[in-house]
Amino acid sequence: MTASAVPPVSARRRRTDKLMRGLLTAAAVIALVPLVLVVYYLLYRGLGSWSGQFFTSDPNGNFLGYPGGIRSALVGTLEIVALATLIAVPIGVGVALYLTEYGKQSPFANLVRYFVDVMTGVPSIVFGLFIYIVLVLAHVGGGFTAWKGSIALSLLMLPVVVRASEVVLLLVPASLREAALALGAPRWRVVTRVVLPTARSGLLTGSLLAVARGMGETAPLLFTTAGAFGLTFSLGAQMNALPIQIYQDIQSPRAQVIDRAWGAALALVVLVLIFNVIARAFSRRSRMT
Amino acid sequence: MIPPETKREERVGMSTAGGRSEQTGISPDVTARSAHDVAGRGVRVQDLNAYYGSFHSIKGIDIDFPPNRVTALIGPSGSGKSTVIRCINRMHEEIPGARAEGSVMLDELDVYGRGVDITSVRRLIGMVFQKPNPFPTMSVFDNVAAGLRLTGARRDDLRERVHSALRAVGLWDEVKDRLNGPGVGLSGGQQQRLCIARTVAVEPEVILMDEPCSALDPVATLKIEELIDELKERYTIAIVTHNMQQAARVADTTAFMLDGELIEHAPTNDVFTNPRDERTERYVTGKFG
Repeated sequence: MTASAVPPVSARRRRTDKLMRGLLTAAAVIALVPLVLVVYYLLYRGLGSWSGQFFTSDPNGNFLGYPGGIRSALVGTLEIVALATLIAVPIGVGVALYLTEYGKQSPFANLVRYFVDVMTGVPSIVFGLFIYIVLVLAHVGGGFTAWKGSIALSLLMLPVVVRASEVVLLLVPASLREAALALGAPRWRVVTRVVLPTARSGLLTGSLLAVARGMGETAPLLFTTAGAFGLTFSLGAQMNALPIQIYQDIQSPRAQVIDRAWGAALALVVLVLIFNVIARAFSRRSRMT
Repeated sequence: MIPPETKREERVGMSTAGGRSEQTGISPDVTARSAHDVAGRGVRVQDLNAYYGSFHSIKGIDIDFPPNRVTALIGPSGSGKSTVIRCINRMHEEIPGARAEGSVMLDELDVYGRGVDITSVRRLIGMVFQKPNPFPTMSVFDNVAAGLRLTGARRDDLRERVHSALRAVGLWDEVKDRLNGPGVGLSGGQQQRLCIARTVAVEPEVILMDEPCSALDPVATLKIEELIDELKERYTIAIVTHNMQQAARVADTTAFMLDGELIEHAPTNDVFTNPRDERTERYVTGKFG
């Protein structure tokens, strides 16, 4: 083919192309600006307060001297989120299994899907208030306790787990279910022996993303675990958590305490980042197999 | 070794106490057979009607699949060949909105009878699919063992049954050194024979094959065809194929289907050289379809 066979692109089309390219690039840059600023400020303000002491001491409430670190908050967040995960993941995966393997497009399954979507949109403070009224005010097993925070968080994580798991389970080829059914396997065995193992890494990814999502939430914890200074391993007691600590510290007039809030915020972001990276590693592995 | 009689009873899921889900309603003398009797059992389809939603796919078909014979179903795409064999092991109804009416008899066992457990029907009537579908999470060994494990069969002779199934499909020498390697690591033709081994391991009476070679190269196809010839000594085989040469090579009798109706079913030679119906003649001579 000779060059003359292809007519040259008109100047107008070239101009339009340049303009659109410029606009879209600008949009991408504008979207990046706040993200970069947040990360920059976190590192700039937070990194200074990081030290060995920062991670090994609890807030002490003293009005003078070192105000203490974030050990209790860090450990508390991990405890509360761990319990919330233990609640949300089995139920969430169970709901997703019901939707893909049993309910399918039945009216009830679609109703469940609709409510799960509604739950995704519920502001986190509503879950906090709900647990506050139902469990804290009613004084079920004490007033403010860590496990109530876990329940509030699990309500928040549940729709995330359901939606992510359903997508992953739908990716399991129908031919595998058919193969197992045609062998004479009862449906529950098809689910436990074929569908779940095949979707395993994808389900793990979805769960880890839900964990990362739940970890940074403040509102569900404020009215349920209420926070504390000291380190505790009792889920039946008030417990400190990173978002609560940040929330309380930024209200302090002391510069040192405000610095601690920045340090805690940076720690929280790093923690969430770690879970995201692990989730990504798993999803990459699942794509390879 | 378990005596064949008891094994058979276990596979059919017969319970003397009249358990609900496992009850098949067949008398023991029908299902029991002696150790030397390896004959498959025939299938008789009468007045079969199948629907996808409101679409009437199979329009009142009568067809016999004689024991220890290979019966080929040929016909243009959409003529209902696959649907017919999927009705035999009740896989048709797994598709949302699909249903079937009529009678399918495996000897004296009414496949659609009241109280018949679908899973026991499918254990007696195995199925091989168009695309090889080994379980991706399982090793070669586990893939063959899957049918036995998924149906909750006794495990004491699992190893022997897996090995003999692999020998029966001529795969033993090729995979004996990598039984623990992934099943999906085999070539396409090997995967399909692996799937046949998985079906054979459950020791069904009938094997349904839905275009088993359409995803394979000619060499792998030849191997499967030779295998089909060996398998008919023990099993009754129904094969759906688009390839008329294949039907001519492997089938004892051939049925020609068109638009959900059975046009002609006769010894293969007659269908191809001396068809009674004009439409059959036009199809086998390549004038349409």
